[in-house]
Amino acid sequence: MSKQKIIKVLVCKPGLDGHDRGAKVIARALRDAGMEVIYTGLHQTPDDIVNTIIQEDPDAVMLSFLSGAHNTLCPVIMEKLKDQGIDDVLMGVGGIIPEEDKITLEKLGYKGFQGPGTELKEVVEFVRNNLKR
Amino acid sequence: MDYSDLIAKLKEGSTRAVARLITILENDINASEAIINSIYKDTGKAYIMGVTGAPGSGKSTFISTITKKFLKKGKKIGIICVDPTSPLTGGALLGDRIRMKENFSLNNVFIRSMANRGQLGGLARATEDTIKILDAYGCDIIIVETVGVGQSEVDIFKSAHTVIVLLVPGMGDDIQAIKAGIMEITDIFAVNKMDLPGADRKVTDIIQMLEMNMNYNYTSENANKNNMKLKQWIPEIVKINSITGENFDTLLDIIEKHKAFMDKLEIYSSYLINRIKSETIQILRYKLTKKVEELIHSNKLIEENISQVVDKSLDPYSMANLIIKLIGLED
Ligand SMILES: Nc1nc2c(ncn2[C@@H]2O[C@H](COP(=O)(O)OP(=O)(O)OP(=O)(O)O)[C@@H](O)[C@H]2O)c(=O)[nH]1
Ligand SMILES: [Mg+2]
Repeated sequence: MSKQKIIKVLVCKPGLDGHDRGAKVIARALRDAGMEVIYTGLHQTPDDIVNTIIQEDPDAVMLSFLSGAHNTLCPVIMEKLKDQGIDDVLMGVGGIIPEEDKITLEKLGYKGFQGPGTELKEVVEFVRNNLKR
Repeated sequence: MDYSDLIAKLKEGSTRAVARLITILENDINASEAIINSIYKDTGKAYIMGVTGAPGSGKSTFISTITKKFLKKGKKIGIICVDPTSPLTGGALLGDRIRMKENFSLNNVFIRSMANRGQLGGLARATEDTIKILDAYGCDIIIVETVGVGQSEVDIFKSAHTVIVLLVPGMGDDIQAIKAGIMEITDIFAVNKMDLPGADRKVTDIIQMLEMNMNYNYTSENANKNNMKLKQWIPEIVKINSITGENFDTLLDIIEKHKAFMDKLEIYSSYLINRIKSETIQILRYKLTKKVEELIHSNKLIEENISQVVDKSLDPYSMANLIIKLIGLED
């Protein structure tokens, strides 16, 4: 759009588990890489997440899962985004995701799958290199 | 670029169009011009409220609670939360939404986080234009949370009808900050976190400070009359708890009172004229700065002048005057 475009990322912690340390670390790393990072806190429902995406218009979304809720929540979020006609946002998933689930999530349109030990540099590069707009 | 499609959708009430237009405003000042040009007619209906105060004073929590109250009155609300950009990395962490988890419906509440991108004064360059977008979108009330640095977030008073400053019990710093420039722009002082010890003390501190600084007399009829002659609003003080909503009804009454004050013809037109003036200055500052920056790096004559300044045969003021002449602004 223009040279001044700054990458805007939404970092979300969907589901009920109460740990957002990982999400916060990622949020800070992306900020330190010069991005504008919206952090929404714990316990985000798919509706919360989609509403925030609509209003904030981020270039990328990073969803962080630890508890296995990805299998139920990820399809719902993607469905709601489709309903809204939103298809130009990079949807990243990170956290603890078993190998066999990655394939399913990939088919839905999710990318990334950085586990807890991933270098932060790698997460930053992932966002930079996979933007859809 | 042609934005007529997005603007048409905005006028139909599309939330996504609003969001996309704001992104464009933030990133491209030339686009802002085209967009504002075609929606300006549809602005001027919204009531604009500025909320400022030190970091952690409870601005986001406050906005969340007052939004619930406004929703009960059937209002449509727009919220803009400005946070600081890191001068080192250019990045920003926008965390105000953490305090706004009330399951607001997409139809009635539009929240947008915004980094200030280095602009001083507590707002981002795009904030004023975003207010206009939300106005044209049909928001009845637009609430702006400024960067909470504590003393320099004064720009909001140029756009807002009502400026609310949050203070908290205990800290004395916020009173100091107010002395440094916020006092004159404050319409309502809200002592937030009234559940903590020291809230009454804080109210007393504010009254004392006002008395010292503006011939303010909290009880005397005469002082009030004098101030009215100056067409001044006497800042009101209220204690609140933004988590429980305690005393928000009193606060809403005060806001109504201030709204009525602002609605008076003379007051309103002088507000409007000042707003337009300061906005124009802001726009000119961008445009002229850009023009001068381009000139200073590319113009042969200026290059010569610079070397003259280097060898002291010209001084910087004289060079500036030459540049003013060069861009045709000599009076
Ligand atoms: N006890 C008490 N705590 C409050 C009250 N209002 C807000 N808080 C708490 O104060 C903390 C800061 O609140 P925020 O709403 O994030 O404050 P803020 O001014 O928006 O902060 P920044 O945007 O970071 O400058 C949170 O932990 C709130 O829960 C109140 O009335 N009483
Ligand atoms: Mg805040």
